[in-house]
Amino acid sequence: MAVAEAIAALQERFPELGLAPQPLVRYADGRDSGQLWVRVPADRLLEVARFARDDERCRFEQLCDLTCVDYLNYPDAADRFGVVYSLLSLSQRHRLWLKVFVNDPEPVVPSVTRIWKGAEWPEREVFDLFGIRFEGHPDLRRILCPEGIEDHPLRKDYPLRGRGEREAFVPIDRETA
Amino acid sequence: MGLTEQGAPARSGIATTRLDYALDMIHRHGINWARKHSLWPMPFATACCGIEFMAVAASRYDLARFGAEACRFSPRQSDLMIVAGRVVMKMLPVLQRIYTQMCEPKWVISMGACASTGGVFDTYAVVQGIDQFVPVDVYLPGCPPRPETILEGLMAIQRIVREEGVRSSSERGHGLQMVIEPPPGVEMGPGFGERSLGDRASNPVL
Amino acid sequence: MSMATGYEPSLHTAAEFGEDRWTLNFGPQHPATHGTLHLQLELDGERVVKCTPHIGYLHSGFEKLGEHLNYNQYVVVTDRMNYCSPICNNVAWHTAVEKLFGIELTPRCKALRTIVQELGRIQDHLLCLGAQALDVGGLTGFLYGFNEREGIYDLLEDLCGARFTVSYTRVGGVVRDCPDGWTDQVLHYLREVLPPAIRDFEALLIRNRIFVERCQGIGVISHDDAINWSLTGPVARASGVKRDLRKDEPYLCFEDGWDGRGAPAVDFKVPIATTGDVMGRVLVRLEEMRQSARIIEQVIQRMPDGPVMVLPEQDVALPDKREIYFSIEGLIHHFEKIMTNKGLEPPVGEAYGAIEAPNGELGFYLVSDGGNCAYRARCRPPSFINYQVYPVLIEGHQISDVVAVLGSLNIIAAELDR
Ligand code: SF4
Repeated sequence: MAVAEAIAALQERFPELGLAPQPLVRYADGRDSGQLWVRVPADRLLEVARFARDDERCRFEQLCDLTCVDYLNYPDAADRFGVVYSLLSLSQRHRLWLKVFVNDPEPVVPSVTRIWKGAEWPEREVFDLFGIRFEGHPDLRRILCPEGIEDHPLRKDYPLRGRGEREAFVPIDRETA
Repeated sequence: MGLTEQGAPARSGIATTRLDYALDMIHRHGINWARKHSLWPMPFATACCGIEFMAVAASRYDLARFGAEACRFSPRQSDLMIVAGRVVMKMLPVLQRIYTQMCEPKWVISMGACASTGGVFDTYAVVQGIDQFVPVDVYLPGCPPRPETILEGLMAIQRIVREEGVRSSSERGHGLQMVIEPPPGVEMGPGFGERSLGDRASNPVL
Repeated sequence: MSMATGYEPSLHTAAEFGEDRWTLNFGPQHPATHGTLHLQLELDGERVVKCTPHIGYLHSGFEKLGEHLNYNQYVVVTDRMNYCSPICNNVAWHTAVEKLFGIELTPRCKALRTIVQELGRIQDHLLCLGAQALDVGGLTGFLYGFNEREGIYDLLEDLCGARFTVSYTRVGGVVRDCPDGWTDQVLHYLREVLPPAIRDFEALLIRNRIFVERCQGIGVISHDDAINWSLTGPVARASGVKRDLRKDEPYLCFEDGWDGRGAPAVDFKVPIATTGDVMGRVLVRLEEMRQSARIIEQVIQRMPDGPVMVLPEQDVALPDKREIYFSIEGLIHHFEKIMTNKGLEPPVGEAYGAIEAPNGELGFYLVSDGGNCAYRARCRPPSFINYQVYPVLIEGHQISDVVAVLGSLNIIAAELDR
């Protein structure tokens, strides 16, 4: 499995981080899905990411996706937010997931837009929907929700039907229009 | 309008025949007959329903048969706004602005479950029925409404025009109170009763 | 004029931009924006100096909804995501869910899903090419594209009962087998209806001097940039990126031995263009339709028999409708599967499943806490990721190229904003 080599390369380069690959899911019969993730501390993320992109054995040229999970009600979760980087190597055809855990009250993660330009909008989206700040992002604004909304809708403590934002408009009727 | 007095339409030449035919129809059905066949819609297409509206405008269903094929994307040139798709909180101010930019007389069709009620999207971002914030004349059920339903909705607007002419929407008040009569032998249930949201109950469908 | 606040077009003054710059707001309600996009263009005469896309005009909370609907229910919502080819979203969602559950599908289900997925691709490309033609001023192409789409609508309606909100897949299978004679209809469509349509398209588009001149050399992106910007799908392949999940991470019938008895993977080619411009994307899409037709023909010829749902022992399958209506065991079983306090029992963990959708890699990242609904249902939307490169493509071009490039990216607003 090619991704094992990539992880070995990461472990050799960053022995002090203790990067231990874990499967994303383990089924009831003991198999797993073959998708591995490693935990990376936020302050070392940029180094790891740059190495993962450039190293011969990793070659993760593309950031396939960037998202976040709010582990507020998750069983046995120690940290609140997990920012998930899904790395993809086109030449070696393997994937690896990096997770960076951050916590309230000031969740901050360094931005990887200098490494993968494709991270620009996904980072803005995570900022918008989860309220995680990306340090060094060129243009960190809300992207999906209108400006002027206070909450971050995908957080688990935000209700599905919102806090009345969808009703807060002035109606026009036939007489005044 | 002297031509209408001349009686039987002339039979020679295509142009004169069709003009005579039109004038004859106007003579028989009044000027509203002509008006109702020249609605210019403005598709306010946001989501999936917009694709279905495009399908209606394309060859197979051919909106042109109802005289409403002249889609104008400028609100100032159109008189029928078709809100096709869900309207979310970032879009609603745009919708209201476009509605106010349309010239009277104007009609609004709320097409699909999302525009009328929010549909499957009972979430923080989606406005649960545009009729809370802009006046609506005709609601189309379905997700998406089938092309036949869209044509039926257009014909409902045509019925309004036929009955009321081109009165401005403030004079028109709350619609025609037109309800489809059930076919003979079918008993209608008691209906939904009083609704709380806006004037949805007094502004019946079709 | 009485109106609510919230939407204000930006009004920059001359002082901010220098004397001869001006701002043009393009959208959010504009005929050529394929839905609801808003571009803020800074112009120097006719030249676009700077372009800021604003999105979110159709943000409807899909991902939040995914946390409140169970794995079978959410397929209805995925229909509304990329509404040009809804059936591909269905397949993508359940590909991810089955990755989470660790389910292996039955051969006939794989074949059916492959067929509908490729039909969806044809459907999407027809609309995209038609809209591309419309955007650069050729209404005929649009009408031609829609005519052939109606054929696919009919096929899907026979299969699932709805024209385009199909909701065809379920966890572990599809909702029902295809009706008798359906495959013959599909073959008839592929042999008699589609080839003349593609020929017409070629005649109307790539032999049309106006169209070619408006598309060639416009909106170019290089191979390395395409990778670095995370582009996928036809947009990336038009820049020479050799990437197609159907080949690189094979799934369904694109995998060797998909029917469990050693059937070879379907044979098809991945078209690649090297120019990276709008014309390249048009050509890639045209060729992909032909390849999709080839794939479907092969699958139909080797169509296996058997059930379309995994066996009940796997404990995810919904029982057959006949069983539900005519036997008490079936009814109880059905209730156990759909009741909110019972339902399916996924393992605790996370999974990512993706397919090659018409626009690129469409994946779902699922987090499960063992409950009935996903804990988090992230969608990796190709439109969203592809659209962020738009300012790079358009800056320096003329204002008339704005819609040409926009059309070639095939941005679907609902998938963009979710
Ligand atoms: S009513 Fe249905 S088809 Fe129409 S916009 Fe809403 S979800 Fe889409």
